[in-house]
Amino acid sequence: MKPIRRRTLADHARGFLRDWSLPRQFRGESPYSDAAKSSGSARLRPRLEEADKVGTNICPYCAVGCAQLMYAKDGTLIHVEGDPRSPINQGTLCPKGAATFGWLTSELRMSKVLYRAPHSDRWEERPLDWAMDRIAHLAKQTRDETFVHKLPDGTVVNHTLGMASLGGATLDNEENYLIKKLFSGGLGMVWIENQARV
Amino acid sequence: MAVSMGVPARALDYADPILPGLIPDEAELTAGVRIEPGKSYGFFTDTTLCIGCKACEVACKEWNALPADEVGLTGNSYDNTGRLSANTWRHVAFVEKIGTNGKRAAEMAPFQSNWLMMSDVCKHCHNAPCLEACPTGALFRTEFDTVVVQQDICNGCGYCVPACPFGVVDLNEVDGKAHKCTLCYDRLKGGLEPACAKSCPTDSIQFGEVPDLVEKARARVEDLHGRGAVDAYLYGAPGEPGATGDLGHLNAFFLLTDRPEVYGLPTAPTRASNRVAPALGAGLATMAGLTLAAIALFATNRFATNRRR
Amino acid sequence: MPQWDLANADCILVMGSNMAENHPIAFRFALQAKQKGATLIHVDPRFTRTSALADIHAPIRAGTDIAFLGGIIRHILENDLWFKDYALNYTNLATIIEDAFEDPSRNDGKFSGWNEAKKSYSFESWQYEGEFVPSSLAEHFVNTTESFSDQTKRLQQGPTPKDETLQHPNCVYQILKRHFAPYTPEMVERVTGCPKETFVTVADALARASGREKTGTICYAVGWTHHSTGVQMIRAAAIIQLLLGNVGRPGGGILALRGHSSIQGSTDIPTLYNLLPGYLPQPHGLKPHHTLQDYIDHETTPTGWWHNFPKYIVSLLRAWYGEAGKTENGWGFEWLPKIMGDHSQNPMTLAIEDGLIKGLFLLGQNPAVGGSNAGLVQRALGKLDWMVVTDFAETETASFWYKGKPVQAGELAPKDIKTEVFLLPTSLAGEKAGTFTNTHRLIQWHDKVVDGPGDSRSDLWFVYHLGRRLKELYRSSADPRDLPIRYLTWDYPVEGEREEPDAEAVLREINGYTWPDRRQIEDFKDLQDDGSTACGCWIYTGVFPKNDHNQARSRKPDGPDGPGTHLGWGFAWPSNRRTLVNRASADPAGKPWSERKKLAWWDAEKGEWDGYDKVDFSTQKAPDYRPDWSKEPAGMDALSGTDPFIMISDGRGALFVPSGLKDGPLPTHYEPVESPVKNPLYGQQHNPTAKIWDRPDNPIHPPGDPRYPHVLTTYRLTEHHSGGTPTRSVASTAELQPEGFCEIAPELARELGIENLDWVVLSTPRGEVETRALVTERLQAFRVDGRLVHQIGMPWHFGWNGYATGDIANVLTAVVGDPNTGMHENKALTCHLRKGRLDRPGKGD
Repeated sequence: MKPIRRRTLADHARGFLRDWSLPRQFRGESPYSDAAKSSGSARLRPRLEEADKVGTNICPYCAVGCAQLMYAKDGTLIHVEGDPRSPINQGTLCPKGAATFGWLTSELRMSKVLYRAPHSDRWEERPLDWAMDRIAHLAKQTRDETFVHKLPDGTVVNHTLGMASLGGATLDNEENYLIKKLFSGGLGMVWIENQARV
Repeated sequence: MAVSMGVPARALDYADPILPGLIPDEAELTAGVRIEPGKSYGFFTDTTLCIGCKACEVACKEWNALPADEVGLTGNSYDNTGRLSANTWRHVAFVEKIGTNGKRAAEMAPFQSNWLMMSDVCKHCHNAPCLEACPTGALFRTEFDTVVVQQDICNGCGYCVPACPFGVVDLNEVDGKAHKCTLCYDRLKGGLEPACAKSCPTDSIQFGEVPDLVEKARARVEDLHGRGAVDAYLYGAPGEPGATGDLGHLNAFFLLTDRPEVYGLPTAPTRASNRVAPALGAGLATMAGLTLAAIALFATNRFATNRRR
Repeated sequence: MPQWDLANADCILVMGSNMAENHPIAFRFALQAKQKGATLIHVDPRFTRTSALADIHAPIRAGTDIAFLGGIIRHILENDLWFKDYALNYTNLATIIEDAFEDPSRNDGKFSGWNEAKKSYSFESWQYEGEFVPSSLAEHFVNTTESFSDQTKRLQQGPTPKDETLQHPNCVYQILKRHFAPYTPEMVERVTGCPKETFVTVADALARASGREKTGTICYAVGWTHHSTGVQMIRAAAIIQLLLGNVGRPGGGILALRGHSSIQGSTDIPTLYNLLPGYLPQPHGLKPHHTLQDYIDHETTPTGWWHNFPKYIVSLLRAWYGEAGKTENGWGFEWLPKIMGDHSQNPMTLAIEDGLIKGLFLLGQNPAVGGSNAGLVQRALGKLDWMVVTDFAETETASFWYKGKPVQAGELAPKDIKTEVFLLPTSLAGEKAGTFTNTHRLIQWHDKVVDGPGDSRSDLWFVYHLGRRLKELYRSSADPRDLPIRYLTWDYPVEGEREEPDAEAVLREINGYTWPDRRQIEDFKDLQDDGSTACGCWIYTGVFPKNDHNQARSRKPDGPDGPGTHLGWGFAWPSNRRTLVNRASADPAGKPWSERKKLAWWDAEKGEWDGYDKVDFSTQKAPDYRPDWSKEPAGMDALSGTDPFIMISDGRGALFVPSGLKDGPLPTHYEPVESPVKNPLYGQQHNPTAKIWDRPDNPIHPPGDPRYPHVLTTYRLTEHHSGGTPTRSVASTAELQPEGFCEIAPELARELGIENLDWVVLSTPRGEVETRALVTERLQAFRVDGRLVHQIGMPWHFGWNGYATGDIANVLTAVVGDPNTGMHENKALTCHLRKGRLDRPGKGD
């Protein structure tokens, strides 16, 4: 849970004296009316009203394709819930979809590139640019070492069996397109698969 | 016409993918209800439509920023949250009745049967014993006829806890105060359906004005009886089981197909006190010697608890 | 069919799916149908949350679905319950098959054409009499180096041979009757364990939802695909729906409930080895695919929509290789890599273990949990030189080198593992813009609302910037083998400080534009085979029809008075069509079968088809159109005005499939590769063409092995998502199912002295796991051929990372696959169970 500002003793005292309803009840006011409302309750509003950006998202778990509304304030996500306009979910979400805000804000999310050197027993943080350069170098090296232009019978195959890619069903169509285009059409990889067979 | 799976007409007013802000009176789109102060709101939880998915539990926790209770695997069917608590304001109970005397039914009653699932919640009683037991006025009845604990007033005395015949109200071990379902008081003020009901995939949890819900619920019972689900009945609706012991009726009421205790609900809930006078008495007794020092003591205890965690 | 259309069904059969748990929002439409009076049926080995809401639960032993469905087909045929006007006109029911065709009942369980040496079939005897029918490319696994093109010519010379009286002994109707004759209710009970009375109730309920006024839907998921006979289970459902007239009509159809946000998109725009975008086959090194012309000659079908094939491949090549593609070089066809065989995940695992694969990209997948024989997967990862993982949290796969099974067991230490590992944090939906394609082919855009944390980037960013670097590294190469990467078009604009590629620019390319002036194309009918159009995925054309019009972003649903097809909400491929084959919602004369269930109809006055949906037919082809065979018509001209299945070469729904399937033209019950019993129906025990990698690190045990007496099935829970990282990393979902477990029936628990929550050990020759027992009547034993067979269930979501943990179920499963798809058989295998725990070094309680 996110840390919240702790109220001071003086805050408590002030709040209590202001909001303690017993004196008001002595004055004959019903506890069921506004008389019993604390200032916190009076001020209370749904935090979605604070959003300065509301975008349409599509639920990232299964393939039903429920629409979600994502509420952000000052570049920070404040909540995710079902989009009432969608003909699929009309505002509803399943337990996973309802946890989307929890997923995006999970404390187990990473924000740094981790690198494990051969035979090492630890992760190390590395700059993103360094990792990208290193990955490009390794991909080129493996491709160059394993590329087959022609089979012995002369059939042109232009492929490498030395590199593989797995994943895509959780990604955008645009991402899948670039993966297939680069890995297959550019590098000649044939081991390209995703969760569609899993 | 064959295909008529339309959405509410007003949804068509918001055709842009990026919206300028919250859709005003969103509950109109999700529940067909325009929320206005001075009316009585509640839940009708129809167990025959419940698929036990627990979206209500998750939506509640995500909206109200409630932590996990860390109960672990209970071995009690698929129920791993166990009960309603200070951190769990919706709880789905699971009751397996797959086989009877070694025989399994192949053809079953329509809608939910044989594996009962019920999303439990605070009942927002018409005559709420918790509210009456509260000496500080922290518990109050809102302009939506719902019952809410105000943590900025609550002193953690805990009188409300045993007062509740349903075991709903609970003290939080972190702040020492009482917590329970607010029927999403903040959301109601913004025209939003409560988080659990909005998320419910099958509309097992329906939100609305209590008289409308009661009417719908009675029609549903009749419909179910007509389809052969003869065990269906309402619990907590006016004049029905559950609406006993001077509680009046429950603003959050249920449609069940087995005895209440099978779901963990009391057969005949009662209230310990009678309207407001005893609460005032209890309040006077407790608060007579109230000083700032006493408040300080509560506050100190709370901080100590926080640090330990 | 769109999911919301389920609400129009009169009967819904959920089988091979636990719909209420795994697709709760789709299930809401099943309940809406129920409210309107539909019968809801669940056929499943377990009593699940779906069963609890059903009217009928029919329990079956895991892996016996074809016996059950075959029984339904027999019931429909024997009792004459099929929809005659539909099936006679719209399917190949009357078509005559080659004389040489022989049924498995005459061949000890195998069809004619079996080659024992090659362990495969040749398809000659399965063909239409005197014709060669090409596979419609949709599932292109024809295991032959021969061409169909010459033989298929006859399809253009006259209608397929038929006997409309259905008397010919080799017409499909008679073949179906003979093939399914042994699938009696008694046999169904003997094989599946389902009481025959329950079976008959199900069959009758389905048959009632048929005819002009009624429709029924069948919903399935991976409970059907995860078998060595998975494709044929779905085929059996297709036969039922074609016989009952339930395809292309409101409330009718087969709804595949898929499990990832864009798993449909990643099949259409495939990160799959055997396909190019839009279901074009990846060129094959062992097929005559030497040049573009060879490839086109051998893959283009003469009749039906696929006749347009050359336009789609040429437009794809133009999109990929731009100006470098020329008529002389076949638009760069030769630069496409050729596959050599099965390069799917199962053999990939083995190729990693064997050292063939040196480098691995893992883009949002977690095979250490989700891969079959997960212990082998984890050992294999240590054989890689390098591995790149992009994910939002540390997955089990990323941490295999210090937390994996071999390390935990003390067999290996991190210092023994050479793999160089990169773990890159990724942005999630909402932190990047793009489209997902849902399970009913609906393409929906999602907006970027916030940035991902820290160094998180989209996979679009990762691939784009990796490609940019590689193109730079290869820029000055003169080697011909580096031409494809050098020529690959890669000119996507980037935006912002993070240099995020513009996803809309990519979607514009997927949609297609004219070349070289890049005007967006509105319809794939405008694609050309002369290099004047570029298109990344022809079936997606129309999603971005104008430069400033992204239809996937459209948010205009139908209101309460609208037709409910929601054509203004997103874009459904192809051509924004919501229900495929919807011409079949009208009778042969073009009039809706039923006013209540109308979707498309012929408007004789206007001389065109009209409907609530985009009509899936040539819009101006009248119902009375007939091909002029004297002209040898090609493509759509060869289909008559009553042939609604335009993607199939004869325009008819295929009750009998002459080619395209490796394991037979009709579904046949075979036991799972690991089964507790002998096949009661045939001498052939399991699918003779099943992919079985029986090797020392993937041992398979024989049928009825007394060491592994129980059936094991693996599955998902509503509270978790697949490999589990997205839900085990979030408190609000993790607490709902906080630990791994297996489910066992009370009888088995009593037999083995197991109490609820006791620790138990499950084992197979691949490995063993310890977990807690949940003793429940939701699991039950089956009496099969007089023997009591126990079934055990185990969710496969769990792993060692996150808040909810548990042993990995896939440690038990085997690398075994369906012959057509290569999909594994983790829904039905056998295992041993004992009370107790594993002796593990350093384990806590």
